Amino acid sequence: MRHFEQELEKLKSKLLEMSALVESAIYRSVQGVVEKNEELAQQVLRNESRVNQLEIEIDDAAISLLALQAPLAADLRLVTATIKINNDLERMGDLSVSIAQSALALIKEPVIRPLIDIPHIAGLAQGMVRKALDAFVNRDPELARSVLASDDAVDNMRTASYHELISFMATNPQQIPQALYLLSVIRNLERIADHATNIAEDVLFLVKGIDVRHHNEERSAVPQR
Amino acid sequence: MTTPEQPIVKERAPARASDSDTNTLPSTSKLNAKNINFFYGSFQALHDISMDIQSNKITSFIGPSGCGKSTFLRTMNRMNEALRNTRVEGDLLLDGENLLGMDVTYVRRRVGMVFQKSNPFPKSIFDNVAYGLRVNGITKKSIVEESVEKSLTRAALWTEVKDKLHKPASALSGGQQQRLCIARALAVEPEVLLLDEPCSALDPIATLKIEELLFQIKDMTTIVIVTHNMQQAARLADYTGFFLLGKLIEFDDTRKIFQNPNKKETEDYVTGRFG
Repeated sequence: MRHFEQELEKLKSKLLEMSALVESAIYRSVQGVVEKNEELAQQVLRNESRVNQLEIEIDDAAISLLALQAPLAADLRLVTATIKINNDLERMGDLSVSIAQSALALIKEPVIRPLIDIPHIAGLAQGMVRKALDAFVNRDPELARSVLASDDAVDNMRTASYHELISFMATNPQQIPQALYLLSVIRNLERIADHATNIAEDVLFLVKGIDVRHHNEERSAVPQR
Repeated sequence: MTTPEQPIVKERAPARASDSDTNTLPSTSKLNAKNINFFYGSFQALHDISMDIQSNKITSFIGPSGCGKSTFLRTMNRMNEALRNTRVEGDLLLDGENLLGMDVTYVRRRVGMVFQKSNPFPKSIFDNVAYGLRVNGITKKSIVEESVEKSLTRAALWTEVKDKLHKPASALSGGQQQRLCIARALAVEPEVLLLDEPCSALDPIATLKIEELLFQIKDMTTIVIVTHNMQQAARLADYTGFFLLGKLIEFDDTRKIFQNPNKKETEDYVTGRFG
């Protein structure tokens, strides 16, 4: 294997390590909320620094590859997609931390009814993250497209949950602080789903060289003659 | 060399009357190659090459050594005819006219060429640039002087040599000599400028100067460049053709070639996984 390919492999394995860390941070933070699991929520806070460190290492490695190896074609798309996916993963890590903090705040409070659809939204968002990362690993454009299709469902569930929570707060003003934490959790899950969508878009760019962001389904990332 | 009776002002292809009468866009291609085959004796060096070279654009040819890119470039100003036992088949049109059937000196006046190794004549800087004008019968001092200054300025060399125009060209650095050769080619105002690895012997600063000057002159002339340096092709060219074993594998917008080529062979070559 050429030196350049070895460097590219190192970059990919760092991104996969970052993916695994962020995926488990999302899972643990959700368990913190849904199962009131304090230990898992605490683990998310403890692992944050490793995610941040990896973000810097991946950017550094990618920029070095661009500067020193001037990659082209599929290699160029891989390095640029990695930089973008890295950024999305780090943001997802931050959002998990925020969910874990909400979980810790909610743990001592009684479960409020209705418990809103958090388990359902979390399941959908986690599924999108897993599919987006699998699509990256397996270079699977169809799987990436299936992630894009799920984004609207998460948005709709968030809106429905907001309405539900607002009604709940109107009738149970003494539980507004808890409801606000739940509101924050829902918002963070929806943002995680957005980042998963970004990753799926980057996978389509990586594999097919097309740019589907902002519903540009037909636009090619490079001009066609 | 050129013959004096040929006019220095070239006949340009007349604009097609239909262009303004209909909604069809005027063709912007300067050169059209159709099914070009080229033979060195019994060895076929080019197989069925067809492409349009767009006016006032930079087109680059890339590919491994021996792929035919230089042979094809040299076909465009009939340089291969100097070699014995060669044969070209197919059509090559310059502004719609058959280039392969034109008077060869007339072709070379319209289609200039710069080579890998700079080849200034053993004359002064001034006389090198003035050479093409003089053999074309232009001897009036003021016109020649004006043209020499204009060509050297276009070739981004004027400020460096204006005080030593009558010194030998051989005293210039490699990068300056190459820009002098470009100035010499530009002096007769060619419609097409062919460059065969013009920067391969130059340092990065001299290379950037050549690249900058190509950007500067492309509104005046159509440029075709053969280069082994893919980053140079990526920086310079509007269109890029990838040659392999005498065939044109892919020809497309440069960004397409270097970001997302259609053919696996192109992908393998530009990512260094070739061979």
